[in-house]
Amino acid sequence: MKSKIDIKNLNLFIGKQQILKNVNVQIPENKITIILGPSGCGKTTLLKSLNRLTDLYEDVKVSGEIIIDNEDILHSNQDVTAIRKKMGLLAQRPYPLPMSIFKNVAYGIRISDSENKKTIPQRVEYHLKQVNLWDEVKDRLHSPASRLSIGQQQRLCLARGLAVDPEIILADEPTSALDPISSQAIEQKFIELKEQYTVVMVTHILRQARRIADYVIFMYLGEVVECGTAEEFFSNPKEERTKAYLKGAFN
Amino acid sequence: MKLKKTEEIFFKFLMYISVSFITASLFLIVFSIFYKGLPSLSWEMVSETPKGGFYFGKEGGILNAIIGSLYLSIGATILAMLFGIPIALFMNVYLRKYNRFVNGIRFFLDLLWGIPSIVYGAFGFTIMVMLGIKTSLLAGIITVSIFILPIMVRALDEVLKTVPVGLFEASLSLGSTRSETAFRVFLRQTIPGLATAILLSFGRAIGDAASVLFTTGYTDHIPTSIMQPTATLPLAIFFQLGSPIEEVRSRAYSSALILTIIILLISVISRIVSAKYNKHRIKF
Repeated sequence: MKSKIDIKNLNLFIGKQQILKNVNVQIPENKITIILGPSGCGKTTLLKSLNRLTDLYEDVKVSGEIIIDNEDILHSNQDVTAIRKKMGLLAQRPYPLPMSIFKNVAYGIRISDSENKKTIPQRVEYHLKQVNLWDEVKDRLHSPASRLSIGQQQRLCLARGLAVDPEIILADEPTSALDPISSQAIEQKFIELKEQYTVVMVTHILRQARRIADYVIFMYLGEVVECGTAEEFFSNPKEERTKAYLKGAFN
Repeated sequence: MKLKKTEEIFFKFLMYISVSFITASLFLIVFSIFYKGLPSLSWEMVSETPKGGFYFGKEGGILNAIIGSLYLSIGATILAMLFGIPIALFMNVYLRKYNRFVNGIRFFLDLLWGIPSIVYGAFGFTIMVMLGIKTSLLAGIITVSIFILPIMVRALDEVLKTVPVGLFEASLSLGSTRSETAFRVFLRQTIPGLATAILLSFGRAIGDAASVLFTTGYTDHIPTSIMQPTATLPLAIFFQLGSPIEEVRSRAYSSALILTIIILLISVISRIVSAKYNKHRIKF
């Protein structure tokens, strides 16, 4: 199992409060890795530190290393936008950009690759098809993205993220605002996407984790309690806290 | 339970009282402007500059002040926008992380908002003396833009504050820089509110008399360059209202009516324009 992201001794403080405590995990390439745990355990913070969105907050101090493709992104000289471009983000609820459906997908392409203007329509079509949204929107590509349903918006956000050719997909409870059918569509999509991408997804829904996880990281109060392949994690948990969580002791 | 209901009724009553009080005074002002201004409003008023004897009730109009006011306030609003929009974006996109610092800036902007416009006028006048500029449209534009800048920045800032962090993160994680996020996402998301904010500043600019009193001068001619002095509507109203002649005083009201109509027209136009962009706004 080849690892794509290697997190070493990651500590994160907001003010004096320690949010992440000495996190050491490896995230395998072309697999779906689920970060699991009760609310407030630092799952989202861990995910956001992967593409350095933690830079946006006041009083956040990060130490340790996050190595992606042999490069420590926390101490890299590389432009932070280049690091972020490697990762598509899917948030808890969709945040389409305030523009048309077409421009939402084209946005990332336009800002990162301004030479190939002519191919933009084809690429937009390709990525909308990739998330099975094309048939629903092909007749109204230039109408505002705000008019789509929440489920469609979330798929649009996925297409928009894929359009910048990331290697990793970060998803923060991407189905929490969606209805069951839309959720299923997203889950199904992730299973297909792992062929080409490394998927990291945060969830607190145990059943969702059981359905799609290849690899599980279980967090509790800022620490990684246990991590391993899904099979082993669910059938043969080692830690007491994991066993308690799987039984539904805390949520 | 009964007490709660009485409380509810009491506060509802208070709200009705204050709403009707405000609405009534607004209508009273508009009504008195129309009532006193309509009789002397004529095509001559808006299409001619003052002729000899205008200030004694003879023929002529206030075209000089209408044009002067439009030049002045459009110029000042554009100048203030050139600085105001980047400042407000900087506060909300670049400095978002430094909340305490931004709140400090907000505090000082609010202080500046509260300074009477005559002080800005005096300040502008001092600068003019230092630089050796005469009373002119240019001096007026600069002074008025300094005066409306804090108003504009705070109004824009209040609008930009409403952009959710999630949208900011979404844009950044697509690999855009902060300035791309500011100009392509933040501005688009808030266009209707921005139009309102800019309009608010425009309204202050066109309606203020004190800041232009020392700086733009007053003339019966329409200025042909920004180095010439110009008349403005608020000063036209001020001068005419102080006249002992009945005829002239009633022209002051029709000048006020014209000013009100200009502001009304501009707000209608800006609403139509911003409605065009409103459809793209993501509702959260």
